[in-house]
Amino acid sequence: MSNVQSMLVEPDVLSRVLARGRSTGAEFSEVFVEDKRSTSAGLDDGKIEQVSSGRDRGAGIRVVKGDTTGFAHTSDLSEKGLLAAAEAAAAAASRGGGGVNSVTLGAVTRHPVNTVEKWPDEVTKREKVAILQRVDVAARAVHKAIVQVSAGYGDSRKRILIANSDGVLATDEQVRTLLRVSAVASGDGGMQTGFQSLGHTIGFEVFDQNDVEELARAAAQQAVTKLSARPAPSGSLPVVIKHGSGGVLFHEACGHGLEADIISKGASVYKDKRGELVASPLVTLIDDGTMTAEWGAIGVDDEGHPSQRNVLIQDGVLTDYMWDYLRARKEGRRQSGNGRRQSYQHLPMVRMTNTFVLNGPHDPDAIVRDTKNGVYVAKLGGGQVDTASGDFVFGMTEAYLIENGEITEPLRDGNLIGNGPQVLRDIDLLGNDFAMGNPGTCGKDGQGVPVGDGQPTLRVKSLTIGGTAA
Amino acid sequence: MNVEVPELQAIADRIVAQAKPGEQIEAYVGRGGETSIRVYEGELEHFVSAQSDGVGIRVIRDGRTGTAYAGTLDADAIAEVLAEARDNVQFGTPDDFAGLATPDGVEPVPQKFWDDELANYATEKKVDLTKDLERRALAADSRVRSESSNYDDGWGETAFATTTGIRTSGRANSCYVSVVTLADDGDETQTGFGFSVGDSPKDFDLDKAAKDAAERATRLLGATKPTTKRTTIVLDPYVTSQFISVLSSAFNGENVSKGRSIFAERLGEQVAVPFFTLVDDPTNKLAYTATDIDGEGLAARRNVLIKDGVLQMFVHSSYSARRMKTSSTGNATRGGFAGSPGVGCLAMQVTPGAKSQAELIAEIGDGVLIQEVSGLHSGVNPISGDFSTGASGMTIVNGAVGAPIREFTIGSTLQRMLQDIAAVGNDVDWLPMRAAGLSLVINDVTISGS
Repeated sequence: MSNVQSMLVEPDVLSRVLARGRSTGAEFSEVFVEDKRSTSAGLDDGKIEQVSSGRDRGAGIRVVKGDTTGFAHTSDLSEKGLLAAAEAAAAAASRGGGGVNSVTLGAVTRHPVNTVEKWPDEVTKREKVAILQRVDVAARAVHKAIVQVSAGYGDSRKRILIANSDGVLATDEQVRTLLRVSAVASGDGGMQTGFQSLGHTIGFEVFDQNDVEELARAAAQQAVTKLSARPAPSGSLPVVIKHGSGGVLFHEACGHGLEADIISKGASVYKDKRGELVASPLVTLIDDGTMTAEWGAIGVDDEGHPSQRNVLIQDGVLTDYMWDYLRARKEGRRQSGNGRRQSYQHLPMVRMTNTFVLNGPHDPDAIVRDTKNGVYVAKLGGGQVDTASGDFVFGMTEAYLIENGEITEPLRDGNLIGNGPQVLRDIDLLGNDFAMGNPGTCGKDGQGVPVGDGQPTLRVKSLTIGGTAA
Repeated sequence: MNVEVPELQAIADRIVAQAKPGEQIEAYVGRGGETSIRVYEGELEHFVSAQSDGVGIRVIRDGRTGTAYAGTLDADAIAEVLAEARDNVQFGTPDDFAGLATPDGVEPVPQKFWDDELANYATEKKVDLTKDLERRALAADSRVRSESSNYDDGWGETAFATTTGIRTSGRANSCYVSVVTLADDGDETQTGFGFSVGDSPKDFDLDKAAKDAAERATRLLGATKPTTKRTTIVLDPYVTSQFISVLSSAFNGENVSKGRSIFAERLGEQVAVPFFTLVDDPTNKLAYTATDIDGEGLAARRNVLIKDGVLQMFVHSSYSARRMKTSSTGNATRGGFAGSPGVGCLAMQVTPGAKSQAELIAEIGDGVLIQEVSGLHSGVNPISGDFSTGASGMTIVNGAVGAPIREFTIGSTLQRMLQDIAAVGNDVDWLPMRAAGLSLVINDVTISGS
């Protein structure tokens, strides 16, 4: 889709806008243009509550002079509107100076991350809504204890264009399709919840490739199972994490701490650690924006750099951080395709894409058998990290006790807490059953971007479980 | 919203005037701007100056609802939004309770939301005070270095109109500063933050923000992991505010009507200790989230949620009120023009007790002072009531604050915590969150550590 006819803004206009951005003597100017159409539909209490359509269209202009970044955005994509925003960004970056320059643009090749078969705007809203009704029926059929089901469908088709004064001209078309299901079960001991989601960077064909009813049943079953759950233990125990249940562990335990903007301010426990053993030698950690159809996949990042596969930790040794334009420029190196932003209204910064741990040598069943007493986490919730201390938490939304090497009773929800570097070292068993997890939204500095994660079944020999049982 | 915005009101009115027979239309038109300044090590790191606008339209016909929005006020785009919302109507399930709010005769309590001094404040002075804040934080403690010093302000104008006769418009602006610090001790690094809010920059207390940031970063240096035990905890006002905010979904009338609240079927029951009273009062001008109207254009009002420990009421939008055969309590929420109305508490406050935090700590003897929590979104389930968060703070030994502790969790259930409250402090802090803070003492909470 990167032919000139479909450009959101003509290249000669872009050149003039970029030149205006540098008119006060800045070294760098950039235009990010976005045109996004989205559809969402919600079902709750057995009813399609509403279908909603959204349109977001505009441009963000960034100007860098020395260590200062100026930024302005506009929803007016005319040359007049773009020039005004460029002037505002230039003024923001600079209090003086001046200069004249011209910019020549050359096209960047995007990394082809997927092919879309059924574009969101070519599927009727009736078909989209029907997915939600199937979810409702399937979830309620699981058990009479299911008292409430809500489900959400969302799709978006986003065209972006990035041009900068270094001559970069890049376009991408990003399609995302998402389904989420929440179920509530009610029993003698109160209510419990179950949640499942499915999301890929492809079109409506995602529902040909995945079993919608199975997803709904899994959410409902999770809620029903937890009706008989006992309070989670409190204190430190071995924890086995099921494959594909959420690499959020790595996202929080080290992912954020490997972002170059955090490193450059000395706010990460992983600063100055390149070349050092920071994890169990079993661990090889990858961040890969090219991973076909996964939730964090992108053709180019939001600075026009093609997405790529980056090895962050190789056999336990920290090999590299993740980079955006600003931080790479400062170090005199190439960026890594990790410059991302929520929308044209936001500045880009270093962000993860799909972050995952490669397979290890162990049989997943043997990992459980070899654990005398501990906790088996089948589903993780979200998490949060303090990158400076490395302390992080993540939630468990489906977990069981392990007693004498067997998975036994279900546990109520709770958080687990650990220290990133310690937990990475404490991974003592790593399975050979890699799977990607659920679509996620990563929040940083007020911006949310779609990310993916994955891991094989693994064991951390000691984690603190935030339950209430002695 | 005591200052009218005729230009936006006219746009909203024009949309609503296009309603066909049998059609209800609601138009929400917004326009706003922001300044965001970040300073690092004395230099301007970024300066963002931006404006945005947009419109959201909701159409209801035969009990079916459709919505659409666009991030522009371009006339062609508005016509497209209305057409999309109308098209979306046909896919909704008919719902007898669907509909817009209708005027209920309650007059909004006038408040001041616009400050001319902020609107006219010079950019250079904003940059200067951001640099000043960073200098003060660094001066507060020699172990402290900077992560960032920030100034943010924003203004917004909105207009709202419905076919049911609600018309309102207004404008508001606000500003705040924050500073993030790091403190090192050998291999260990800890983070701290401080902030200050005001109607205009003249209200900022830069020294307090700087001192808070330095103290938060340094107080945890050398912290250890506590052992697992059951104990009494004292929540710092900043933590209580987050705890109360999490509790708010249990009062949400829509959640109650759909069987998703721990308080469903419990009206009139003793859900908390008898000295615990909780109100939602957006008409209190001290509250950071004070407002005069709710997300459906009705007057915001004072609602007593729990009085002397007894559950008094749920909060409602017009939709949840119809579901439960009652009236809106003025608690519709809305996330700007792109969002549809939901239900929520707007500005919660626990009625303060008589004692200071120091007095409460002296009384309990031994326990833990919780100064920060993490993972509230992942470890608290407001439907089951399970409560588990990461935490850090100080030990309390012999009635005094002792050594720092970190990397542990606190666990209980929301239901139990309300019954285990031992005391409420008098140290009300109107934090920039949906609930005011104060010190809260809770018995019998599990600390999970080593």
